[in-house]
Amino acid sequence: MEQTQVKELRTTPLHALHCELGARLVAFAGYEMPVQFAGVMEEHLWTRRRAGLFDVSHMGPCFLSLADSSLSGEAAHQAISAQIEKLVPSSISSLSPGQARLTVLLNENGGILDDLIVTRPFDDELQGTLYLVVNGAMKHEDWALFERTLSPHVSLQQVDDRALMALQGPKAAEALGGVLPGCGTLNFMQGRRLIWRGQEVWCSRCGYTGEDGFEVLVPAEVASDFARVLLADERVRPVGLGARDSLRLEAGLCLYGQDLDPRRTPVEADLAWVIQKSRRVAADFPGADRILEELVSGPRLKRVGIEVTDKAPARQGTEIQLNDESIGMVTSGGFSPCLERPIAMGYVRSEFAIPGTEIDLIVRGRPRAGRICTLPFVQPNYQR
Amino acid sequence: MTTYYTEDHEWILVEGDQATIGISAYAAEQLGDVVFVEVPDVGTAFGQGEDMAVVESVKAASDVYAPVSGEVVEANQELEAAPETVNEDPEGKGWFVKFTLKDPAELTRLMDATAYKAFCDNQ
Repeated sequence: MEQTQVKELRTTPLHALHCELGARLVAFAGYEMPVQFAGVMEEHLWTRRRAGLFDVSHMGPCFLSLADSSLSGEAAHQAISAQIEKLVPSSISSLSPGQARLTVLLNENGGILDDLIVTRPFDDELQGTLYLVVNGAMKHEDWALFERTLSPHVSLQQVDDRALMALQGPKAAEALGGVLPGCGTLNFMQGRRLIWRGQEVWCSRCGYTGEDGFEVLVPAEVASDFARVLLADERVRPVGLGARDSLRLEAGLCLYGQDLDPRRTPVEADLAWVIQKSRRVAADFPGADRILEELVSGPRLKRVGIEVTDKAPARQGTEIQLNDESIGMVTSGGFSPCLERPIAMGYVRSEFAIPGTEIDLIVRGRPRAGRICTLPFVQPNYQR
Repeated sequence: MTTYYTEDHEWILVEGDQATIGISAYAAEQLGDVVFVEVPDVGTAFGQGEDMAVVESVKAASDVYAPVSGEVVEANQELEAAPETVNEDPEGKGWFVKFTLKDPAELTRLMDATAYKAFCDNQ
């Protein structure tokens, strides 16, 4: 069994609680994080049936705002949106107050530097600010990119010293509603600032499991109290990063660094839907030439789902063959607790990205049968 | 009949030059739910410490190493249809292979049950 080096790692405000709950801890994105509590399979199924509480404080929540601006309301939102739109192909300017959107940071070639969620605050006095959550493993690079690229009149506030918790599952809304009543006003992909015991919390109805649920940013001082209140609800149990990965894979959601990286464009990643029409027309985002060309002519590679018809899981890095010819690579693969069989996603040459195409997965040198399929594997349960 | 253990958490039950090999209860508990096992073909020979089988949990695949040198005389084919047997009875019905030992002297490098328990307690 591999030993995990735990020196020099950051801990989250919930670390002591994880230890108390008997978590198995591993190094992840520079933090010591719980990979499991009761067991990956059990936590996964509990999240699909009730509600799982995840500590995702390793991620990179931050605020971008206009420094010393005389602008307010819609004009302030337009000004801050114009800044982040230098780096993302999504329309941020068209977000309504309280609306959140998935987008990607792009390099000059249209390659994906990270994926993130951008929320326009609901409150009037917060217009001109955007709430962003970037990936934990990429946050330092992303924040350096913001400092380098955005106007000196934009200020970046990193708030990764707070706790970010996700409550996910069909019982999440009922469980959180009893603790943070304001969350009930949110639909899927909406967020707003709320107050809990006199403290400012940011609550978004989104997640990384395919279930209804919320992500809540809580000050470090009250993080443990907030988690304990949720865990006192018998419908809520703690869930680790192991089940978070199997849940997101069933939901067909990408993991940055595996399914997305700087070589892949949003078109190849089957995320062209993040590019709203107004941005396609304006063609004013990094790598627009390549991306717009791919939208017309089709990309060379495309991200697809893979049903593994054999029993052996096909993990990240597994070669995909068709008639003994290499046509692509698995980028995420594992076992689906809900379907009770292995599932995977990966990139194949576009001409083979057709659901139903029978392929071979080369697992430890041996071909194992699989089939290209559409994503997700498990239908989402979002509350729109 | 004596059972020995390795630092990689395999067990080997020895009777003369014949042995049964699997992964320990400690290893099975650490892995969590086993979802797939790949055992070697009968007749395959392994040196001590070589990759012999693969056991997969929801999270990851782990190699299982040959505790000593030898040749596979029987593989537990039941595990393909019922990999959860490894969790349910790791040191019994969840065995992986039966082996003919090549060099019983290699057993002296392994731990007995008492030493292995102490080893796990220190993990």
